[in-house]
Amino acid sequence: MKTYLSRQNRALLAELVRTDFKLRYQGSLLGYAWSLLKPLLLFVILYVVFVNFLKIGAGIPHYPVYLLLGIVLWNFFTEMTSQSLGSIVGRGDLIRKIRISRWIIVFSSSLSALINLGLNLIVVLVFAIFNGVSFSFSAFLLPLNIAEIYILAIGLSFFLAAAYVKFRDISYIWEVVLQAGFYATPIIYPLTQIPSVFVQKLLILSPMAQSIQDARFNLITHDAITAGALLQGMWIVVPFLLTAIFFLVGLKYFRSQSRYFAENI
Amino acid sequence: MEDTAIKITNLSKGFKLPHERQNTLKGTLINFNKRGYEKQRVLENLNIEIKKGEFVGILGRNGSGKSTLLKTLSGIYTPDKGSIDIQGKLTPFIELGVGFNPELSGRDNVFLNGALLGFSRSEVKKMYDDIVSFAELERFMDQKLKNYSSGMQVRLAFSVAIQANTDILVLDEVLAVGDEAFQRKCYDYFNELKAKGKTVILVTHDMSAVRRFCTRALVLNAGEVIYDGDTESATDIYRNLNLTSTEASIERSNKRAKSKAVFDADAYIQSVSTLDEDGEKKVLYRPKEKIVISCTFKLDGSIARPSLQLWFNNPGGTALSAIRIHSKDIKKEHINLDKEFTLNWILDGIFNDGKYLVTAEVSSETDYEALETIRDACEFSIVGWDLPNVLVHPRRVFEMKQAQK
Repeated sequence: MKTYLSRQNRALLAELVRTDFKLRYQGSLLGYAWSLLKPLLLFVILYVVFVNFLKIGAGIPHYPVYLLLGIVLWNFFTEMTSQSLGSIVGRGDLIRKIRISRWIIVFSSSLSALINLGLNLIVVLVFAIFNGVSFSFSAFLLPLNIAEIYILAIGLSFFLAAAYVKFRDISYIWEVVLQAGFYATPIIYPLTQIPSVFVQKLLILSPMAQSIQDARFNLITHDAITAGALLQGMWIVVPFLLTAIFFLVGLKYFRSQSRYFAENI
Repeated sequence: MEDTAIKITNLSKGFKLPHERQNTLKGTLINFNKRGYEKQRVLENLNIEIKKGEFVGILGRNGSGKSTLLKTLSGIYTPDKGSIDIQGKLTPFIELGVGFNPELSGRDNVFLNGALLGFSRSEVKKMYDDIVSFAELERFMDQKLKNYSSGMQVRLAFSVAIQANTDILVLDEVLAVGDEAFQRKCYDYFNELKAKGKTVILVTHDMSAVRRFCTRALVLNAGEVIYDGDTESATDIYRNLNLTSTEASIERSNKRAKSKAVFDADAYIQSVSTLDEDGEKKVLYRPKEKIVISCTFKLDGSIARPSLQLWFNNPGGTALSAIRIHSKDIKKEHINLDKEFTLNWILDGIFNDGKYLVTAEVSSETDYEALETIRDACEFSIVGWDLPNVLVHPRRVFEMKQAQK
């Protein structure tokens, strides 16, 4: 552990994240403001479509913020995994020319996504306040939900980044998986809209569904249905177990492959 | 053991070369059971020990495994077999300016590059002014790197690189880039490294740099160390390696020339070729070796006072030298259409390193009009002079005398 976070590695990590941020809004007039503007504009769209026209979440208090939080968390997951996926191949110049801890490259792109999530969450909080959300103490549990998503996403990131070196199909496959995941997760629709309780239970077994619902419960409204409320007994362990498995398998696969990145890229 | 910087034991490294790269999942699934690759051994059972403070040159032709050795040494590739023990911190410079981003300013790139070398931000801040002034780029640091000329980029990269505070340096062909001023800076840096007693491993094709700086040199051929010792012998062996391949290529081009040049059955000039002193065919000569140019002529009595000439041109077409035989030296019995006669010219090796094309000509001495010319009838090469940047090497003798009062 000591060598993983050595002084040099920390300095390199900071520099890579900094570079990433500098390049992100390169050439745009508003620059960093886009980090805040994007979720803001997203909120406007969601508000118009879901609250004014579709009236989907009529039963849920503060539905627009509820919706925004879900989308922000899902976008974080999407951004982090898709960026990490190409990170090793994209940084092939470094890997083939200098000695560098390979995990740092994936880790740094995950940190950029994390910082972006932080900015997005500020917008969510501002809207929550304007929307009259009364925060309870459970709001302090939100970081735990985010940590769970992060652990799941970093495991997948390591796996995807390593696999992409050998199989370039992965990027297309992952795009489809994310698209399917978006609809399989109760993000834009409330879980109660699904008629079958069995399917509800099945969906909440996914770590993303479970953590997003928990986050909504903790921050916005206790009316959000959580895995704890839906699942009985030991079933509640499944989403966490899946997260742990993805994390460990991803890490192990990355470690076994990383020795050969330089010659395979 | 204590003064050992690098110890390589039984190192082997190979690559799997797919016949057709399977970069897609479908390809892998379909060819799942087939071994769609061949194993190429690049390094074979290497044993090298490098002591602290040594300046080691690594020589070898392209594809001999030099770069693979460096990259394995640097931890970029993982060895298949064997081990590498490194005492101290090793910094590789496989290329200058790795990780430079064209969209970032020169300043940001210095910090990024510094971090890649293992410096923290505050450390880079401290050396920042030195870096900039050494690169002579004060006015440009806030511009994006993409607006730099390639020379400016190399200067900046080099200025950052030399800040590396390390025990062992691995340099791959750093001299290949940059102009003369840059090379001088490189040389100064090498001297500085030597003075500081750093361990350096240098891969280069520049023999003069090897002789000047290295305390020891290795010659690599087909993944094996074929020589390990002093730089003089190493550069000689390396030259000989190059000779064998040059020889093959000259023979090929002579064959082409033969089919191209018109050696008519009725022509005066029947053939031109180069031999060694024993009459064996030869195309590649060492310095000072005698070059025998053998021409076969078929002359008839219709030519009044024939004379025979050879021209030596360089590949650019410039005539460097010519020799002639006058008609008075050609015996009567040689002027006979039915019989060929062979003329051997023996040249002392005064030509410098390079390729020479021979043009043969028959002319009449009455008006010096060329009767028959065969351009580029054959070619030969010379390799191995220790003063290669001149045109000719005149034969000379010495005379040394004590000054008399």
